[in-house]
Amino acid sequence: MGNGSVLRWIMVAGVAMIAQVAFAAPFVPADDAQVLERLPLRAADYNRELDRLKAATNAAPRDVNAATALADAYYRIARAEGDPRYLGYAQAALKPWWSDVEAPTPVLVARAAILQSDHHFDRALADLDRALAREPRHGRALLVRATVLTVQGKYAQARAECPKLYGVAPELYVAVCVATVDSLTGKAAPATASLQRAMSNAGVTPEARAWAASTLGEIAARRGDPLAEAQFRAALAADPRDLYTIGVYGDWLLDHKRPADVIALVRNDARVDGLLLRLALAQAAAGQSEAKATIEILRSRYAASRARGDTVHRREEARFALWLANDPATALRLASENWMVQREPADLRVLAEAAAATGDTAAKSTVRQWLADTGLEYPAVAALVAPRAQGGK
Amino acid sequence: MRSLLRCLLAVYLLVHGAAWAHKPSDSYLKLDVEGATITGQWDIALRDLDVALGLDGNQDGAITWGEVRAKHSAIASYAFSRLTLGPANAPCVPVVAAQLIDNHSDGAYAVLQFTATCAAPPPALDIGYRLFAEIDPSHRGLLKLSAMGFSSTAILVADATSRLLPLLAPSKPAQFAEYLKEGVLHIWKGFDHILFLLALLLPAVLVRSRVPGEFWTAAPTFRAAFIDVVKIVTAFTLAHSITLSLAVLGIISLPSRLVESAIAASVVLAALNNVRPLVFGMRWAIAFLFGLVHGFGFASVLSGLGLPQDSLVLALVAFNVGVELGQLAIVAVFLPVAYVMRGTRFYQRFVMVGGSLAVAAIAVLWLLERVFNLALLPELGT
Repeated sequence: MGNGSVLRWIMVAGVAMIAQVAFAAPFVPADDAQVLERLPLRAADYNRELDRLKAATNAAPRDVNAATALADAYYRIARAEGDPRYLGYAQAALKPWWSDVEAPTPVLVARAAILQSDHHFDRALADLDRALAREPRHGRALLVRATVLTVQGKYAQARAECPKLYGVAPELYVAVCVATVDSLTGKAAPATASLQRAMSNAGVTPEARAWAASTLGEIAARRGDPLAEAQFRAALAADPRDLYTIGVYGDWLLDHKRPADVIALVRNDARVDGLLLRLALAQAAAGQSEAKATIEILRSRYAASRARGDTVHRREEARFALWLANDPATALRLASENWMVQREPADLRVLAEAAAATGDTAAKSTVRQWLADTGLEYPAVAALVAPRAQGGK
Repeated sequence: MRSLLRCLLAVYLLVHGAAWAHKPSDSYLKLDVEGATITGQWDIALRDLDVALGLDGNQDGAITWGEVRAKHSAIASYAFSRLTLGPANAPCVPVVAAQLIDNHSDGAYAVLQFTATCAAPPPALDIGYRLFAEIDPSHRGLLKLSAMGFSSTAILVADATSRLLPLLAPSKPAQFAEYLKEGVLHIWKGFDHILFLLALLLPAVLVRSRVPGEFWTAAPTFRAAFIDVVKIVTAFTLAHSITLSLAVLGIISLPSRLVESAIAASVVLAALNNVRPLVFGMRWAIAFLFGLVHGFGFASVLSGLGLPQDSLVLALVAFNVGVELGQLAIVAVFLPVAYVMRGTRFYQRFVMVGGSLAVAAIAVLWLLERVFNLALLPELGT
């Protein structure tokens, strides 16, 4: 450590201490004009629509359509902004029916979407089953059901839902549904080809195009195909604010040792925990001194999440423990707990990385078994748990 | 210079960037029950209060202190109409003492400091929590409840039913373990006690030198060193146990500034005695004499933890046993190392003289701080 970096360290520590002293205790602001909090700016864009929907529910509090329209509006904001408070507001909009097992069908479907966002997958499926028993060709119910089953790794059941979407969902959605499941069960090449064909059809909305391109990017990334980047970029060109694509593209850039590009990609969305994690990984990979501060913010966010009894962050927290907190044992515990709930390729990967880092043979064999049972083509993960594999990433 | 700016930016983001964090809504409720009085602090996110009460008066997307102040009475009545403390037929009456602001990991919070007076000391605390129930059912209240020196936590879900939280202190073995732990931690964290003990123990592996100009030389046998250590530790233990008990039982009480200053002085004297010895074989007597003073210091820590009146003796014994165990652990590490090194010049000159002078210097600063009520050193001693 040179003199310069020691000095820098002392400066950072000093400023951090002053900041702590200044912010650790409750205080009375000195000036009435002092700004204490900035409300999420983009929320203002939604306010006009929300005001209209809220007025409608106030006028008719037991109107199912008005209530679900408001709940869905909040749900979309929650997804678009990555802000879980809006999931709570969506739940409040459905309050008259929230605990009603036999709620009206639109409420069941809206409730299922909220529940799956909080990782209550089985409760979400119960609602969807009830909705589909009443209305077997409910497009959104079918789509959410296929998604939840895919996240749970129940591929045969998920695959069976896809053809039912014909006629009740845009055609490209059907193709994405099929390609997603096929690509996870040993048919990545044909899945890619058929999804590319479906995308060339006219009349595709930007959201659908973004979703399809992002799916193609993920398939290519798992196969180690460098064309992944073009797909991620196409997805972001269609929908520049798609937080999901920003996350998976960020991971691809991290894998390809391009931390500077990751930082540029996620910098404006660091308030979303999942993207802050990518920022921290990139800063650490680039050897930037900012990494330390970002890691501390992440640590406090995970602590806050645990304090309220949430478990939605386990996949991310496992990555944090493994690559940023240097705590592979905790990473393995979190990755294993997470694997009991969700089984996407990203969940499998962090389990494999934690298994490789700790040398845990049981976890390694879980991963090998999964690869063998499903036929998932993911060479990077397979290499981590190969019988004689050494070390992590 | 550029990298320095980047560091400052990182710290700035650590403090301010956090304000944009997206997390579910939580409030932080701290309650301290003492008799029939509950002292509380309730931190509620400004963002959530804005949804409920419209804090942002001029709708510019920024909440200022002036806008919050204008809504102080609305905030207090909104919050306390959604929190019930005590039995439903005779709830404790909250009075807001102050409203402040604090920054949490996801932004600024209104801080309500209050006192609630109950009709009678509650044997258990009824809590009805309904904050933001109609706005955000995923909101949680993170409760930290303390009573009789013990604290517990709970996650409060906004709903119609109230929860009954026990205030009785935990089981006797759990209490014993808790005070034992505090005793161990206190001796390890209270640098003044450790330094005093080490200053007395440093010469234990040495004996008085017959060579003119040299004060010390290596002890001939481990047995001799060991006996010396046992005498010192026993004397120190005996002495501080006596005064700790007398103080906790309320038989003697001394002003804490006097006690703390005397403890610092004891460290100075014990350390200087290694450099220019006045007392050789009788160091156990110093240990006993000043041990009496250190016992008063332990007593103020123990009463600071909050003492259960129904199990005062249990707490006293457990804390004292903890102090002894912590002390023995230090001796167990010190003695073998010191014994092996005792013949070296490094130990006899550098550790014994240099180390003791350093200890004395720190203790002099403590003494000045404590006598004149200053802050010269970072918070280390007790």
